[in-house]
Amino acid sequence: MSAPTLNRRRFVAQTGAAATALAFPLVGGAQPKPVRVGVLHPVTGALAYSGQQCREGALMAIEDINKAGGIKALGGAKIEPLLGDAQSTPAAGTAEVEKMNEAGVSAVVGAYASAICLATTQAAAKYNLPHIVDVGVADQIVERGLKNTFRFAPGYKKCAEIALANLHVLNTAAGKPAKTVMIIHEESLFGTGTANLLARELPGYGYEVKEVIKHANPTRDFNNIVLRMKAVNPDIVIPANYYNEYALLVRTMQQQKVEPKAIYSVLGGAASSYKFVKEFPQAANGIIDCNHWFNPRDKRSLDLKKRVEAKNLFYSYEVFLTYTAMRLLADTLERAKSADRAAIVSALETSTFSDHFLPYGPTKFVNGQNAGAQPLMTQVLDNDIKVIVPRDYRQADPVFPLKA
Amino acid sequence: MLDFGILFPAVLNGLTTGAVYALVALGLTLIYGVLHIINFAHGAALMMALYGVYFLKQFLGLDPYLALLPMVALMFVGGYALQRGIINRASHGKDENILLVTLGLSIVLENIALLAFKSDTRSIETAYTLATVAIGPAMIAVPKLVAFAGALVTSAVLLWIVRGTDLGRAIRAVAREKHGARLVGIDVDHVYAMSFGIGLACLGAAACFLLPAYYVNPQVGNGFVLVAFTIVVLGGMGSFAGALLGGLLIGVVESLGGLWFGESLGQIGIFLLFIAVLLFRPQGLFGTKG
Repeated sequence: MSAPTLNRRRFVAQTGAAATALAFPLVGGAQPKPVRVGVLHPVTGALAYSGQQCREGALMAIEDINKAGGIKALGGAKIEPLLGDAQSTPAAGTAEVEKMNEAGVSAVVGAYASAICLATTQAAAKYNLPHIVDVGVADQIVERGLKNTFRFAPGYKKCAEIALANLHVLNTAAGKPAKTVMIIHEESLFGTGTANLLARELPGYGYEVKEVIKHANPTRDFNNIVLRMKAVNPDIVIPANYYNEYALLVRTMQQQKVEPKAIYSVLGGAASSYKFVKEFPQAANGIIDCNHWFNPRDKRSLDLKKRVEAKNLFYSYEVFLTYTAMRLLADTLERAKSADRAAIVSALETSTFSDHFLPYGPTKFVNGQNAGAQPLMTQVLDNDIKVIVPRDYRQADPVFPLKA
Repeated sequence: MLDFGILFPAVLNGLTTGAVYALVALGLTLIYGVLHIINFAHGAALMMALYGVYFLKQFLGLDPYLALLPMVALMFVGGYALQRGIINRASHGKDENILLVTLGLSIVLENIALLAFKSDTRSIETAYTLATVAIGPAMIAVPKLVAFAGALVTSAVLLWIVRGTDLGRAIRAVAREKHGARLVGIDVDHVYAMSFGIGLACLGAAACFLLPAYYVNPQVGNGFVLVAFTIVVLGGMGSFAGALLGGLLIGVVESLGGLWFGESLGQIGIFLLFIAVLLFRPQGLFGTKG
C-alpha cells in the first residue's frame, strides 16, 4: 500500500522541481535578480537614535535608486536591503555580518559607531565582503589594510586638523583673544581619539590645554565638570561627545553661567544638530562645530532635507552620510557591472563617484579612505546652522569670539 | 581641588543628584526590601513614567509638577495591575520566577517604547528648566532643588503609610511572615499588589521631578537601576530613611569621586563604599539584623 503513495509523492516532487527550474529562467529574464545589500546599524541600545537615523538615510537612498530604474548595468536590478541591528555593541554587529554573509549579500553599508565599524569591517574582510563605512570616524578603521573597507566620509584626524587650523585662523583674525582650552570628551574610541589628537596638536599652535576631562556614556550630571570649568576658566571649551551628553553639558554650562569665548566642537554630537537648535535655541546659539555637513548650495541636499523633515525627522549627519554611502554603492554597482564581491571591491578602488551633494568632489579611495572627504565648519546663528568655513560653502560670517 | 568654591557646590550638587536617586530607590526599597521582589522592571517603569510626563506636557500642556497627581495615580494603578495580573500569576509564588518575569517585562517595555516612540531622546523645556538659585558660591538648578524637596516629602509620606496606616501594618506583617499574615485574615495578594503599586507610584513622582532637568529615551531607566539597587542594600533593605540617606550619600560620593578621580571614574567611590558597608555592616546603614 505504501509504495504507490511514495512514488506519487516522488513524482509530484520531481515535477515540481522541474517546473520551477523551467519557470525561473523566464522570471529571471523578465526581472533581473535583485542585489542584496546589508544595511547594518545600531538601531537598539544606547546608540539607537543615530542608528535609526542612519537606517532611514539608507532606505531613502534605496527607494530613490529603485524608483529611478535600479542598477542599469545589471538590467535594472533593484537593491534589496537586508536590515541588521548591531544593538550598539561590536559583538552584535559582528554577528550580523556573519548572518548577512550567509544570506549572500553583495556588500554591507554601515555601521555608524567607530567601535562597531572596527569590528564589522574586520568580520566582513574574512569573506572579502565589501563594507562601505558610513560614519565611523576612528582612523584605525581604514588603517589596518583591509581590502574590503571603504570610508566615504572624513575621519577624526582630518576633522581635528581642519578644526585646529581654522581655530587658529579665526583666533588670529580676532586678535588672538583665546589662549587656553579645556577639552571634554566621551570615553569611547571616538571621543578619546579626537581628544588625544587635539591635546597633542593644540600646544603647537600656541594654546595651553588646561584640562582634558573624560566622561562615561551616559553621564547623568555635568555639574562637576562645569564646576571645574568655572575654576579653570578656559577661553575655549571643546566638547567631543554624543548627542545626549553634549546637550546636557551645554545646558549645564548655561545654568552655571559659564560663558567661554567660544564653544568650539569637533564632531560635536549636538553642535550642528537641527534637533538641538530647535529644542534649546538659547543654549545652542553661537556654537561652532567642525563636522560632517552637506554642500548648502547644492539643491539636492536641500530637497533631501525637505523630504526628511516631511517624515517628522531631523536632517542629521547620520541621514545624509548613509544616504550618500548607499548611492556610492549603487554607482559602484553600475561601474562593476556585477554584483560579485570582488568586482565591487575593485570598482570601489577606482571609483570617481561625483553625483552627490557632499563637499568632497569625486571620490578617490586611498587605502580605503576617500581622499577628498572633508568636514565643514558650522555655527549656530539666528536659530539656524550656517556654514562659516571654507569660503566656497560659506553662508554666514563667523562670530568669534562670542563676546567681545 | 579642596577650594571651598568648588567643594561646596560639588557637595550640594551631589545632594540634589542623590535626591533623585533616592526617589527611584524609595519605590524599590518597598518592593525589594520589604516584599523581596527583585524588580528588574524598575528602570523600564521609570522610563514609562518619564514618557507619561513628557506626553502630558507635549499634548495637554501640563506642567511636570502639576502632572504629579495624575502620574502618581496612573503608576499606582499600573503597578497594582501589573503585579496582580502578570507578575503574581506568571511567577506562581517562586522568587526565581519573579526575577525572570520582571526581567522579561523590562525587555518588553523597553522594546514597546522603542517601537512606539522611537529611540529619539526627548526633553521638555519649561520656564524653570535653565533657572538657577545661588546658594553661597554654588549655583543650583531650580528643578534639582524641587527634586530634593520632593524626595524628602515622598519619603515622609511613605514612612507615614508604612508606620501609621492599616495598610502599612499589613505590609509589614506580610513582609515578616506571609503565612501568619494570611492566617489572621490579611489578603496577601492584595497587599503585594498594593506595595508594588506604591513602589511604582514613587517612580511616577520621581519622573515628574526628574524630567525638567533630564531627558527620556527607551534606555534611560538602565542608568538608574543599578544605583537604586545599590542604595537599597546600602541603606538597609526596606528602610525608607536608609534609602533617602543612602541616596544622598551616594550622590555626594559620586560627585566628589568625579571631582577627584575624574568624571568617568566617579562611580568607583559608590562601589568602594558599597563594599565597605557590606564588609563591616552587612545589614546596611539603617537595616536591622536578621
